[in-house]
Amino acid sequence: MMHNDDKSWVIKVGLASCGIAAGGNRVFGVFKSKLESKSIRAELKSTGCIGMCYREVLVEVCSQHGSTFYGQVTPERVERIIDQHIIGGNPVDEWAVPQDEINSFMSRQKRIVLRNCGIINPESIDDYLDSSGYMALHKVLGKTPIEVIDEVTRSGLRGRGGAGFTTGVKWLTTRKAKGSPKYVICNADEGDPGAFMDRSVLESDPHSVLEGMLIAGYAIGATEGIVYVRAEYPLAIQRLEKALEQARERKYIGNDILGCDFDFNISIRQGAGAFVCGEETALIMSIEGKRGMPRLRPPFPSQSGLWGRPTNINNVETYANVPWIVLNGAETYAAYGTAKSKGTKVFALAGSIARGGLIEVPMGISIREIVTDIGGGTAGGTDFKAVQLGGPSGGVIPASMADIPVDYESISQTGAIVGSGGMIVMDGNACMVDVAKFFLNFTQDESCGKCTFCRIGTRRMLEILEKITGGKGTEDDISTLEELAGEIKKSSLCGLGQTAPNPVLTTIKYFRDEYMEHITNKKCPAKKCQALITYIIDGAKCPGCGLCIRYCPVNAISGNKKEAHSIDPDICIRCGLCNSICRKGAVIAV
Amino acid sequence: MLTESMNDKKISLTLIDAIVFKHNVQPGAVIPVLQEIQEEYGYIPPVTIQRIAHHLGIFASDIYGIVTFYSQFRLQPPGKNLIKVCHGTACHLGGAERLTEAISQHIGTTEGKTSKDGQFTLGRVACLGCCSLAPCVTVNGEIHGRLNPESIGKVVNKLKEEKTANVE
Repeated sequence: MMHNDDKSWVIKVGLASCGIAAGGNRVFGVFKSKLESKSIRAELKSTGCIGMCYREVLVEVCSQHGSTFYGQVTPERVERIIDQHIIGGNPVDEWAVPQDEINSFMSRQKRIVLRNCGIINPESIDDYLDSSGYMALHKVLGKTPIEVIDEVTRSGLRGRGGAGFTTGVKWLTTRKAKGSPKYVICNADEGDPGAFMDRSVLESDPHSVLEGMLIAGYAIGATEGIVYVRAEYPLAIQRLEKALEQARERKYIGNDILGCDFDFNISIRQGAGAFVCGEETALIMSIEGKRGMPRLRPPFPSQSGLWGRPTNINNVETYANVPWIVLNGAETYAAYGTAKSKGTKVFALAGSIARGGLIEVPMGISIREIVTDIGGGTAGGTDFKAVQLGGPSGGVIPASMADIPVDYESISQTGAIVGSGGMIVMDGNACMVDVAKFFLNFTQDESCGKCTFCRIGTRRMLEILEKITGGKGTEDDISTLEELAGEIKKSSLCGLGQTAPNPVLTTIKYFRDEYMEHITNKKCPAKKCQALITYIIDGAKCPGCGLCIRYCPVNAISGNKKEAHSIDPDICIRCGLCNSICRKGAVIAV
Repeated sequence: MLTESMNDKKISLTLIDAIVFKHNVQPGAVIPVLQEIQEEYGYIPPVTIQRIAHHLGIFASDIYGIVTFYSQFRLQPPGKNLIKVCHGTACHLGGAERLTEAISQHIGTTEGKTSKDGQFTLGRVACLGCCSLAPCVTVNGEIHGRLNPESIGKVVNKLKEEKTANVE
């Protein structure tokens, strides 16, 4: 034993859902048993999402000499890390994430919402308290509610769920509204496909959200808070429940909080798998035990919300900002960002990107800086084609426009929206018509059915897109799509319908050529649309291993062992399994 | 989580009553009540709908409306292993459809259905939020990421082996 006797070693394993999906629990288990069997007194800690999801499983080994991040850690690698680094004092450089990679991923970021993510143990309230946790609540209870609202308003914080309404104004309206009790709801029904900001925050730093809700409760005069969280996020629910229990035990939640005349309770409600429940009035319906169907606004929930009482609804990220703003001051927060979009925004960077993960950047940074500088460009260095922002309510922005700043106004002008923060990077392998069809398939499926144009209009639009990708498109299809889109936007009650056509409209706007290629030449340039491609086997590359024959669901492939195989195009259903499975890249789409 | 014996579990009305009473017999609690019942049985047995309606003083048709509105609820018992393929944006681009096709091959049933031997149900989920590890699936609640048609085969085969081992 050399270095480890001073117990200054801390080993942190990133165990948010991404880390666990990559095998983090097994890595943690092996660390635990090896440290025990080698009698090494190091502190082994589970932490949340560090953000570098592309490197999962991530392990940080810290000592007084600094810290080393190990990426793609497997159970097999654990022993050498312990022996060489912790016992021997020499980091295993070949497995460590290079410092310049960490710098380029981190240096453009400003982590306010993610301040504790990947650093503290999300299941330990003491860890949170050591990181100035619940200090903001202390501070707030010494102020008047109006002073608190004023601070939040001056910070310029806008709702991070997508709509971008000024948070302080919403709080003030709810405070002034007549009726009691008042409610504080945290919208954690993060339903946008391609978004995982809220999941990561709840899994990595649940107390920050609870503290934000407590502050909101004090500011607006509410006594009850509800977190409405997707059932698809079991780990977030589990960590939230644990955090609630700890906060109750330590009297941060309950009656006479911190000895002040302030009572506030928080409970959890699980969603049941309906995307539309992310819309605030539908969410309220769901909590009331009904089908989650939106209703006309006004009255807004701040006037008449849950059980007809004034209700303040913000999303996870919005609440997580609040304690930081209270502690550091509105002006410090407002110093980040642009004139109208203050502060930072968390993005879930995914798709064809070299360094995908969870990032937090000052508003006003350009899309290109995010994709190139932070994300390291597309995966495999392919051509950067577009980004999709805002999920099914958002749109596709072409690479040629990637220099525009990311703020609410600039992004809206493109036809997309900042949205909740899903940012999917696409390269030449993505077909824009297919992407539009994918989102429309989603929205027509999730439409609650209340408004005719949303219910039937999205269905009709989807049919047209299916026709185009099926090789049966005609020239007037594009104008019909645009016409239907306009009607759906005008005649839908809630955000789902009003924004559902956006993915189609933006792809038509920026990639009309690609639509025309499908319609006129019956070709899919990205080789995605099944009806417009044929799979063939490159005889020069095919080793005749028979793997594709085994996988083909319709027995369309034939050939003798060690001889080049061939595909019968009349039988082939273009599922692409052979293309995915071939290790030699011999199956090509033409 | 699903357990081995879930399919065969007898419906206990006493248990249903206990769940409803735990939630203070409030009509607003109908969704959490249904969630607990599904947790218990793996699906919403139709007989329980009548019972809840009776207790909460609402129409069975209203409850049926809720069950069919929310995609989480099932009216049919699932197989012993529940596989859900994520169809989020990143997973879609990463080949979720091909993965579904491959899983169908391995377990011998198609999306939304249960295999004849009752071992596997293949479903879909809108997005698991594990986009950096796309494409992903959940197998009995556990997330598996960075999959391809071949690696999902290994996951499925392991489940099949476990079944054989149990029989032995």
